[in-house]
Amino acid sequence: MTDPAWIDLALTAARPQAMGALLRYFRNLDTAEEAFQEACLRAIRTWPEKGPPRDPAAWLIFVGRNSGVDVIRKTARTTALPDETALSDLSDAEADMADRLDSSHYRDDILRLMFICCHPDLPATQQIALALRIVSGIGVPRIARAFLVSESAMEQRITRAKARVAKAGLPFEAPAATERAERLPPVMAMIYLVFNEGYSAGVSTPDVAALCDEAIRLGRLLLRIFPSEPEVMGLLALILLQHARRGARYDERGEMVLLEDQDRSLWDRRQIEEGLAVLDKAIRHRQPGPYQVQAAIAALHARAASAKDTNWAEIDLLYQVLERLSPSPVVTLNRAVAVSKAKGAGEGLLLLEPLGEALDGYFYFHGVRGALLAQAGETRAARDAFGRAIALANSPAEAAHIRQELDRLQDERPAS
Amino acid sequence: MLYAILCYADEETVFAWSKEEEAAVMGRLYAVQEPLAQAGKLGPTGRLMPTTAATTVRKGKEEPIVLDGPFAETKEALLGFYTVDVETLDEAVAFARQLSSVNPGSTAYEIRPFYVFHPGSVTG
Repeated sequence: MTDPAWIDLALTAARPQAMGALLRYFRNLDTAEEAFQEACLRAIRTWPEKGPPRDPAAWLIFVGRNSGVDVIRKTARTTALPDETALSDLSDAEADMADRLDSSHYRDDILRLMFICCHPDLPATQQIALALRIVSGIGVPRIARAFLVSESAMEQRITRAKARVAKAGLPFEAPAATERAERLPPVMAMIYLVFNEGYSAGVSTPDVAALCDEAIRLGRLLLRIFPSEPEVMGLLALILLQHARRGARYDERGEMVLLEDQDRSLWDRRQIEEGLAVLDKAIRHRQPGPYQVQAAIAALHARAASAKDTNWAEIDLLYQVLERLSPSPVVTLNRAVAVSKAKGAGEGLLLLEPLGEALDGYFYFHGVRGALLAQAGETRAARDAFGRAIALANSPAEAAHIRQELDRLQDERPAS
Repeated sequence: MLYAILCYADEETVFAWSKEEEAAVMGRLYAVQEPLAQAGKLGPTGRLMPTTAATTVRKGKEEPIVLDGPFAETKEALLGFYTVDVETLDEAVAFARQLSSVNPGSTAYEIRPFYVFHPGSVTG
C-alpha cells in the first residue's frame, strides 16, 4: 500500500479510533487534532518506504501521543525533542503494545468522539459540521461545499461549535452502562442528520452525496462498537435502504421522481441486500424502535418489484406502530399516504384533517393534501393546496414537481 | 489439490472505496482469475458483506446462542474467498500473489487445502 490514495484511505479509516484515543490523552480537541495531523504527516513520510503498519490506528495513536507530548514540552520549553527516527522506527511490537493499551477503551473513545458532536446546545447544522470535521476528518473546504457556504463561514461555524463544546466540558470519564445507553440516541440522531443533509439536498454535487456515504460509514462504525443494539441496526438498515434509491430519485432534468414512478432497476441492489440483512438481524431481537420500523417500511418498498406490488396495508400497520413509538404529525401524514393507497384518497384525507394546524407550514403536507384532493376530484381545493406547497417548497426541484401536478390538474379541467 | 483462498482485509478501508476505485479493483481481480477460470481450475468464489451484517451461532452451556457480529473481533476481517483446483501449492501461492498485487488494500490471502469439497447446488 504505497499509493498515496490508499494511505489516505487507511488514515481516514483509522481516524475515529485514533482521534478518540488522543482526545482521551490530551483532553483537548485542538491538541488531539494537531497530534493526529502530525501522526498522519509522519505516516505519509514513512509508510511508503517501510510499508504500512499492521495496525494503522495503533501506530497513529502511539506517534500522535508522542508528538502531542513533544508539542506540550516544546511550548513549556523544558525538555529537548526526542529523535524523530526513534519515532518513525516504530516496530510492530510497540504498535501492538499501544493497541493493547487502547483496545479496552476503543468503544468508549469512539462513542465520546461522536457524542461531543451532539451537544444539545449545538444546532443541527453545527452538529453535522462538527461530526464531519472531527469524526470523519473531512476538510473544511469540502464541508463548506457540501453546505453551499463559504469556507470562512464554515471555518467560523466549526470554531464556534468547538468553543461551545469545550465550554460545556467534555465527558472524559469512562461512561457507566446507563450513560453509555444515554449517549447512543443523540449519536444515532446525529448520524441520521448527516445522512439527511446529503439525502434531502436534491440533485447533488459529489460533495453533498458524499455525506450519505459518510453517514453509512459512521453507522457501520457505531454498529461495530455496539454490535447487539437493534436500533443501531435499524438506523444502518434505514439509511442503506434509502440511499439505495439515489440513482432513481431525480430525472435527467434534475426533477424529483416520486417513489412510485422511480425506475427500480436503478436502485442499488447491493445496498438493498445489505440493508435487508441488517434489518433481519435487528428484528430477531424483538425490541422494535423508530429506526427499525422506518427501516421495515423502507424494506417493504425495496422488496416490491413494482410500485403497484407495494404492500400498503402492511406499511399502514408499521406507521401505526411508529405513531405509538414516536408520535408526530409527520408520521401521521406519512400514514395518510399509505392509507390512501390501501383504502382510497378519501380515507387518507380523513387522517390529514386534524393535522392542518400542526403542519400548516410544511411543504410536504400541502403537496400530499393536494394530490389526495385531486384524486378525490376536488380540483379547486387541490389547486389551493398545491399553491401553498409551492410557496413552502424547500428547493426548486420540489417546486417544479408541484407545478407539474398543477399542470396535470389544468389539463383535466375541460373534462371536469 | 483443492484449496480455499480466503481474503482478509481491514474492512474500514475496503468499504470506504469509492465506486470507481471499487470497480477498478474488481476489474483487476477478475482479470487475474480469468486464466484460471479458462483452464477450468476456478471453483465457487464469493465476496462477503461487512461484519456488521454478520451473525454468529455459538455453542452455549445448554444450547447454541446467537450473537450479533462476526465470530472474532479482528483487525482484518474475512471479506471474500476463492476455491481453486491447482496442481501444486506453488501454483496457489502464485495466484494469491497476483490477487494481492492488484489489490491495493493491506490484504492477506490465506491458502487452505480442502479435506472435503461439495460444490452444492446454489446458483446465487
